[in-house]
Amino acid sequence: MSDTLLTIRDLRIEGRQGDIWQPIIKCVDLDLRRGEVLGLIGESGAGKSTLGLAAMGYSRDGTRISQGSVTFDGMDLLGMSERRRRGLRGKRIAYVAQSAAAYFNPAHRLIDQYAEAPTSIHRLIPRGQAEQEAREIYAQLRLPNPDEIGFRYPHQVSGGQLQRAMTAMAMSCKPDLIIFDEPTTALDVTTQIEVLGAIRDVVRELGTAAIYITHDLAVVAQMADRIKILLRGEEVEEQPTRDMLAAPKEEYSRSLWAVRSFTSEEKSAPASDEVPVIRVRNVTAEYVRGAPVLDDVSFDIHAGHTVAVVGESGSGKSTTARAITGLLPPVAGAIELDGAALPAQLAARSKDELRQVQMIYQSADTALNPKQTIREIIGRPIRFYLGLRGKAQEEKIRELLSAIELEPDQFIDRYPAALSGGQKQRIGIARALAAEPRFIICDEVTSALDQLVAEGILRLLKRLQEERGLAYMFITHDLATVKAIADYVVVMQKGRVVEQGPKGQMFSPPHHPYTKLLLSSVPEMDPDWLDTTIQDRKKG
Amino acid sequence: MTLHPLVSMILHRLALGLLTLFAISLFIFFAIELLPGDLAEEVLGQSATPETVEAFRRELGLDQPAMLRYFNWLGGVVRGDFGTSLANGRDIAELLAGRFANTLFLAIYAAAIAVPLSITLGLLAALYRGSWFDRAVNILTLTSISFPEYFVAYILLLYFSVTWGLFPSIADFGSDADLSTMLFRTFLPALTLVLVVTAHMMRMTRAAIINLLAQPYIEMARLKGASPVRVILRHALPNALAPIVNVVALNLAYLVTGVVIVEVVFVYPGLGQLMVDSVAKRDIPVVQACCLIFAGIYILLNLGADVLAIATNPRLMHRK
Repeated sequence: MSDTLLTIRDLRIEGRQGDIWQPIIKCVDLDLRRGEVLGLIGESGAGKSTLGLAAMGYSRDGTRISQGSVTFDGMDLLGMSERRRRGLRGKRIAYVAQSAAAYFNPAHRLIDQYAEAPTSIHRLIPRGQAEQEAREIYAQLRLPNPDEIGFRYPHQVSGGQLQRAMTAMAMSCKPDLIIFDEPTTALDVTTQIEVLGAIRDVVRELGTAAIYITHDLAVVAQMADRIKILLRGEEVEEQPTRDMLAAPKEEYSRSLWAVRSFTSEEKSAPASDEVPVIRVRNVTAEYVRGAPVLDDVSFDIHAGHTVAVVGESGSGKSTTARAITGLLPPVAGAIELDGAALPAQLAARSKDELRQVQMIYQSADTALNPKQTIREIIGRPIRFYLGLRGKAQEEKIRELLSAIELEPDQFIDRYPAALSGGQKQRIGIARALAAEPRFIICDEVTSALDQLVAEGILRLLKRLQEERGLAYMFITHDLATVKAIADYVVVMQKGRVVEQGPKGQMFSPPHHPYTKLLLSSVPEMDPDWLDTTIQDRKKG
Repeated sequence: MTLHPLVSMILHRLALGLLTLFAISLFIFFAIELLPGDLAEEVLGQSATPETVEAFRRELGLDQPAMLRYFNWLGGVVRGDFGTSLANGRDIAELLAGRFANTLFLAIYAAAIAVPLSITLGLLAALYRGSWFDRAVNILTLTSISFPEYFVAYILLLYFSVTWGLFPSIADFGSDADLSTMLFRTFLPALTLVLVVTAHMMRMTRAAIINLLAQPYIEMARLKGASPVRVILRHALPNALAPIVNVVALNLAYLVTGVVIVEVVFVYPGLGQLMVDSVAKRDIPVVQACCLIFAGIYILLNLGADVLAIATNPRLMHRK
């Protein structure tokens, strides 16, 4: 049995765009030994997932492997029949996807999906044995109620648990190789650390080789023996993890490390008698009567300041935004704008009150109407709120485009589909600015973007704030973003504010226990971070 | 005690269904009132003197105000009494029973062929999408749905009955035929109906399945090594049941309520023909009874479709 498990040589993959085939992967080589974990990192569009799937001899609809070879355990994956390839998939090479919620079939119980590959598809073991093994591996991955959880449907299980159940499913046939495609990206930091630990233990114990795909350097540092960096379908460099972290050779690799450096000075606290732009006063809100999702939430946001609201999913961050914008009227408490109470109901607010509070969304893709040009998207709030038409409106659109650093002549007639992710988010910002608001809610505005692009957006927001004296409420689960942009931090858990204060104070001890948990869960570049942190928690 | 959401939904929908039936009966009654002439004029013809017509009306109770007649009729229905036909004095419930059984027989016959056929064709078309098979099925079913039903019926008659003499052209099987005779005699009308409804169900099945093939969990199934047949039957179909069941229900309802033309062509004594005759005669109680049956079928089938759609959706059946 040779030591080499997977060899990829001179691989080229193309994707169809309209009538022409564009290269996605250009001439990539890859070697993997048995039991070894290779980290594959790069920004979105670098071709990481495409390369990971090619390691299974699989190409998505609209892509094709045009050249090169993939050899798995001495077998030519690309040359063999589709039937033989199917015989390897799931059995000897398995896949763990980013979004477990989407990759689990909603119509079947978890255990049925676990057992499908080893029993119905590959016929390795009887059903009873598969169920028994499922329970063991669920327990190994530290899922709660391992005997019972398999009998639930995907929608009845939380995201972190689903992600572990998917790892368990990949393990069901004891494969030689698992492709992990961003398995923790969609999770909260506190959940991520558990899943990372669980995945690594199981991989080590069974001696499974893995390709670990992620855009998060700190995560890959914990998981991989070697790291390969991809940029636009080409390899930048590959090194053992510790060498890569200590001394990246290439300019691009170094730039990946450097992006975390953007920070802003914390502004001095506002005068005690200054009236805040937005005051959230003892707000309680509920979707179902008697089950508050926000419980007595209070904080102030002053002109020219940024308040970051952090917490896990389900902590009430976005619900707070809904209460402020009037989409979810509070059952108790009030929202004040410049010291005067805002009507709770959206419909009861005047046009001027609506104008003052604007929003920027996480997914610019879905927040922009794909059938409208940039001119129409930005022009509409200008006409609606400011009543400008014709030439005045056109001038205002161009002025806004210049403000968000997009050349007006070049962009004004484009549709959103012709923009990159970062450019779309800039249009989202311009649309919010078009109303000339005093307060903007930024809901996870950088979490769908690559780090370099995200940093550009943060710098832009910072500059606009200084120029226009805007107040921001920044909803995020990413503490690096908080460090970069916030003046004041509000930590939420289960609908309550557990701690709030100026940034400097919040990032230095002593912490509230939950804040401490959040802070200590953010992965660090140190390859030993995961081990030490998990050990610390066991002791504590 | 809290009811299972499915049970409370069924009760809620049944109540709404009753309300719908009431609204329909009102609408039909007064719509027919608006038609010129009544039963007395129809029966006695133009040569009758106004006095004879008036006397006949009194005898039938047609001289009373419309509102009063409607509520008299409604009162009877609530007690289970549909009244008697104005045209021939027969008990309506009895008159309808035989006709309804005939209509139901033909509908079930056609459905028993069309539903499995169209779903199988739809699944195969989805499996081999883009192939010559897919195109052939699409063209054939589209062709058959594009011709008017009477045209399809007469073409079938021409070949199967007149030219080749395989099947009878008149579908009426009398009162004491055995099952095989019934199936034989009604084969052509059933085939006509199959040709008319298959395209819709088949295309919906195909579209619903193909729509799901881009889902991530389908990719996951492929990456687990599942064969294309397994991907479609085990992973796509359970998630596509809701739209398919809805279209099937709609077509089943059509098989019961929309087959007048086929009944006329094949001289088949069904409910549709009875209703058309009764409208012509202004025999309002019979028309009302027919309408209520048709509406009831629609409501029940749609309810059945919704219940099935919920029962096959774990998100709705198993709450968090």
